[in-house]
Amino acid sequence: MKLITAIIKPFKLDDVKAALEAFGVTGMTVSEASGYGRQRGHTEVYRGAEYEVDLVPKIRIDVLTDDADAEDVIDVIVKAAQTGKIGDGKVWSVPVDTVVRVRTGERGVAAL
Amino acid sequence: MDPTTHVNWGNTAWMLTATALVLLMTPGLAFFYGGMVRAKNVLAMLMQNFICMGIVSVLWVIDLFSIAFGPDTLGGFIGDAARYFGLHHGADLWSTGNGVPTTIIAAFQITFAIITAALITGAVADRLKFAPFIVFVTAWSILVYAPIAHWVWGGGWLAQHSVEDFAGGTVVHINAGAAGVALTLVLGRRIGWPNERMRPHNVPFVLLGAGLLWFGWLGFNAGSELAADQVAGYALVNTIVATAAAMLGWLVVERIRDGHPTTLGAASGLVAGLVAITPACAFVSPLGAIVVGAAAGVLCALAVSLKFKARIDDSLDVFAVHLIGGVVGALSIGFLGDSAINSAGHDGLFYGGGFLQLGRQAMGVFSVLAYDFVVTFLIAKAIDKVMGLRVSRDVELEGLDINLHAESAYDFGAPATHATTPVVAAARTKVDA
Repeated sequence: MKLITAIIKPFKLDDVKAALEAFGVTGMTVSEASGYGRQRGHTEVYRGAEYEVDLVPKIRIDVLTDDADAEDVIDVIVKAAQTGKIGDGKVWSVPVDTVVRVRTGERGVAAL
Repeated sequence: MDPTTHVNWGNTAWMLTATALVLLMTPGLAFFYGGMVRAKNVLAMLMQNFICMGIVSVLWVIDLFSIAFGPDTLGGFIGDAARYFGLHHGADLWSTGNGVPTTIIAAFQITFAIITAALITGAVADRLKFAPFIVFVTAWSILVYAPIAHWVWGGGWLAQHSVEDFAGGTVVHINAGAAGVALTLVLGRRIGWPNERMRPHNVPFVLLGAGLLWFGWLGFNAGSELAADQVAGYALVNTIVATAAAMLGWLVVERIRDGHPTTLGAASGLVAGLVAITPACAFVSPLGAIVVGAAAGVLCALAVSLKFKARIDDSLDVFAVHLIGGVVGALSIGFLGDSAINSAGHDGLFYGGGFLQLGRQAMGVFSVLAYDFVVTFLIAKAIDKVMGLRVSRDVELEGLDINLHAESAYDFGAPATHATTPVVAAARTKVDA
């Protein structure tokens, strides 16, 4: 099993969610995140005083999949989240040892 | 005395209304300021403004009205403190020359005393202790606000020298601005200022507050005529158009200097315009008001950078907006005063009056500024010595709201909501038992 984490632009959440649902992903966890990559932050101006805002708002999506679907899910997310502009985000996956469904106690792929 | 023969119903109805309008300005100011501070200090900022409504109202009714507006004593320095003590003088309180009961004038003036004290808080945001601030507001209202109100409006020495201030350029704005700077010098800079970024946490609050201020300010300026008449009409239209021109002026500066016109700039510019037209609103023509407003918008927008050069942490720009705006407005009467608008006023330099009125206005500005700055500084130093005016480093870093008031402004997170359950349950159990 794999845990796929995607950091995307907030306004791309609906597109990514719809694409994952169309692909057959049945659940995900979405959280608000802040961060920066190569684009760094942005500049804001209040009464003439400039502020470098380093951390920009992002959305973090976590999806658990079986090993076979992992690469396809990553592709689906990247395709849906892409604008081609700097700051589009990143997607990565890590191996997962154990998954348990709290309601039933099912373990492993059956719990996905 | 039969009140029905002395009361002018139209004037009285307008002053009742104007009092309510001006009272709303302080909650408006609270949001104007509250939006500009960081989220951890917004309740403390709101509270500093609201507590002025608490303290000053009580002081005013007990005796401050009498000190400010009682018959002249001490050579024009203060009014007779015995005349209106407790606002309980029977027939004395029935009516003024305009046929408005004196109780209503006293109530109208409460709202001015409140907002002047509240305006000071913007200069020292994020670092004031609560109880010492209450002591400060009390001492300041008695020793600074009431005497200066008497000098200018109560028939005191500046009024006797024909210094004109229709609704509070000197009494309210220069007064609050100079006090804010003095208090900032006593308190010192916030930890991290100016290197750490301290962005406004809620700009929509700032615009909401600015809108409420503009609304209430129509009562502030047009109400200061104390009558529903032609002069009140000029005050009203000038308060609208000068404010509009100041907003435009500030935004033009931002567009040229910073690249973008900002919403915070629009709010700041309109407040600068309100400040500047306040002393002049019933002495200049509507076209003159546009000039006053535009000048204030541009000059106040340029003045916000001075605090960085002087390294004085006037946190929310009380100096740039209120002191500079107040000076622009007070002096503008010396240039643009037009006795055709108001027979009680004098012609300024551009209307054939020469330098006479300009000189009087400058004397008014300087006297208020100097007295206020020195006395405020001494009051603040004394309170700081005895009680400490500034919160501890830990409190400042963690935030004033949780430490001074045991509250937090925003509860958007589910974990925070659920984590409060045991304490609430325990408190309820006690009440039920």
